[in-house]
Amino acid sequence: MARAKCASGKAFIMFVAWRELRFARGRFLLIGAVVALITLLVGFLSGLTGGLAAQNISSVLQLPGDRLVLQQSEDSDASFATSSLDDDTLQAWEQADGVESVTPVGIAQSRAAASGTDDRIGVALYGLPQDASGIGSNPLFDLTPTHDGEVGLSSGAAEDLGVAVGDTISITGNDFTVTMVGEDLWYSHTPVIVMTPDAWSEASTRVGGTGEATVLAITGDADWEAIGPGTGTVAETPLSSLTALEAFQSEIGSLGLMIVMLFGISALVVGAFFTVWTMQRAGDIAVLKALGATTGSLVRDSLGQALIVLTAGISVGLAAVAGLGSLAGQALPFVVSPLTTLAPAVVMAVLGLAGAAFALRSVTKADPLTALGSNR
Amino acid sequence: MIELQNITLTFPDGDNRITAVDHITLRGGNGTVTGITGPSGSGKSSILAVAATLIRPDSGGVLIGNDSDTIDAAQLSKSDATALRRERIGIVFQQSNLLPALTAREQLQVMARLGGGTKRTRKAKIDARVEELLDAVGLTEHAGKRPHQLSGGQRQRIAIARGLVHEPEVLLVDEPTSALDQERGAEIMQLIARLTRERGTATLLVTHDLVHRDVLDDLVTVIDGRITAPDAAVPAHTH
Ligand SMILES: Nc1ncnc2c1ncn2[C@@H]1O[C@H](COP(=O)(O)OP(=O)(O)OP(=O)(O)O)[C@@H](O)[C@H]1O
Ligand SMILES: [Mg+2]
Repeated sequence: MARAKCASGKAFIMFVAWRELRFARGRFLLIGAVVALITLLVGFLSGLTGGLAAQNISSVLQLPGDRLVLQQSEDSDASFATSSLDDDTLQAWEQADGVESVTPVGIAQSRAAASGTDDRIGVALYGLPQDASGIGSNPLFDLTPTHDGEVGLSSGAAEDLGVAVGDTISITGNDFTVTMVGEDLWYSHTPVIVMTPDAWSEASTRVGGTGEATVLAITGDADWEAIGPGTGTVAETPLSSLTALEAFQSEIGSLGLMIVMLFGISALVVGAFFTVWTMQRAGDIAVLKALGATTGSLVRDSLGQALIVLTAGISVGLAAVAGLGSLAGQALPFVVSPLTTLAPAVVMAVLGLAGAAFALRSVTKADPLTALGSNR
Repeated sequence: MIELQNITLTFPDGDNRITAVDHITLRGGNGTVTGITGPSGSGKSSILAVAATLIRPDSGGVLIGNDSDTIDAAQLSKSDATALRRERIGIVFQQSNLLPALTAREQLQVMARLGGGTKRTRKAKIDARVEELLDAVGLTEHAGKRPHQLSGGQRQRIAIARGLVHEPEVLLVDEPTSALDQERGAEIMQLIARLTRERGTATLLVTHDLVHRDVLDDLVTVIDGRITAPDAAVPAHTH
């Protein structure tokens, strides 16, 4: 009707939907609680995944450069644990076209104890050059000591060893003075200790390594694919190199699968709930249509209702994740960050809405004719 | 005023079609209640459905409005028909068809909130009329109750108030007394007749119970989708 063309909309939205929420609050509380619980589960798994991942890779993510070069072993994929790059390989990369800088990095796992004690803990030893070029402030490289008899500790290592700056620790029989304690950095679930290249080389041979660099952090824009095979190496982006960390893929993969399945379950549960709920009030929807409600406003109301339920449920779930997460953080590797809380929450909301949208068919299809007569 | 002109409506029935309404012409004047009666299955509800634009007839016109300004509701698009129902037609169903989550007062307020870009002034006008109509149907005291807390008669009265709160030109009522006892039924019929006259609404009312015929200004009998003979015996009301 021409006389109804003036738009104002907003003020009328959700009049019925809000009242239905209050009227059927038992049912909505139930589904809200389910959403909250799934959010809690997803948040927990995400936090745990994030925590485990950080314990595994946080130091590797600090390696600077456009590519990380690892030894390409003959029969298996490249691996941080077995990679060993000799001087020829280093030089080959240094001289390759397009390569700007090459930083050789040694990584080995060993054990350490505060001097005078026997409490050994597993640690990751990094051998880093003093003058790594082109690196600004970097939590890993900032730990690099100036002398061979010195080490820089990540906070996790300092804590586990119970030492502070000025104390000495023993690694593979040698004593080192702690000159620095920095950020929390981990490699393959062991806290990081940084030493000079020479000290590292010696330690490496003592634990059965070659004493040669494990990985080259390279900046520049070279023909990565071409140079690699000629030198028996493979150049990976920092992110894809993570698969060369043992257990990373399997850990993250299985937890990730659980999270994905929970997402699917929540979409299904929310979808099923709103499908049943919408079918229950199909008669009311037909009446509203007969009275002159537009399908658009009914759809908006339905989605709005779902959004309210989801928002409430997810918020409660998130609050629980934040609360319990900080508790769990004391006992487990657990990360509470936007990536492990807000991102899954947004995915939950989007999938929940998609589930609710599934129920909209009964709204759009409802025939106002059925409101008339006695066939309700 | 509402005028059905030569309306025919068929429904699919297997390979054939059954004719629910067969060339019906019917006029409901302003301020009058026109009764439609007939046996079950004769097509009474179908006539109302066509008048309400809930279904489009196979042929014929549904004129709504007054002399200079009439429209043929049978020709409207779906969304225009929805807007027409929202603004110019009131419907009272056989069951009260109230929304379980809303209080009696909210059942009326919802008429101002059906979407479709309703004008703000119109909304304010409807809201202002809510109390008046609750009073007119005698339910001001029960305005805060939900349908399950109201009796059948009270529910039907709320439904009537809802049908009128937006000041429709046409009120369509389908068997409003079928769920009520005789006394309650008579009250409802009188209420409809009174409000129709007070508000100048053109009311079409389906009933198969002729106990209440005295409140009708006019009565047609439908058999097999056709109007038999206009009931001349209904005494004309003076008003
Ligand atoms: N949606 C529909 N689909 C198919 N046939 C229908 C439909 N609605 C009504 N009919 C048929 O149209 C005819 C008229 O039905 P209608 O409901 O108009 O009768 P009625 O006079 O209102 O009956 P009652 O007094 O029992 O309410 C009947 O034969 C019925 O079966
Ligand atoms: Mg009927």
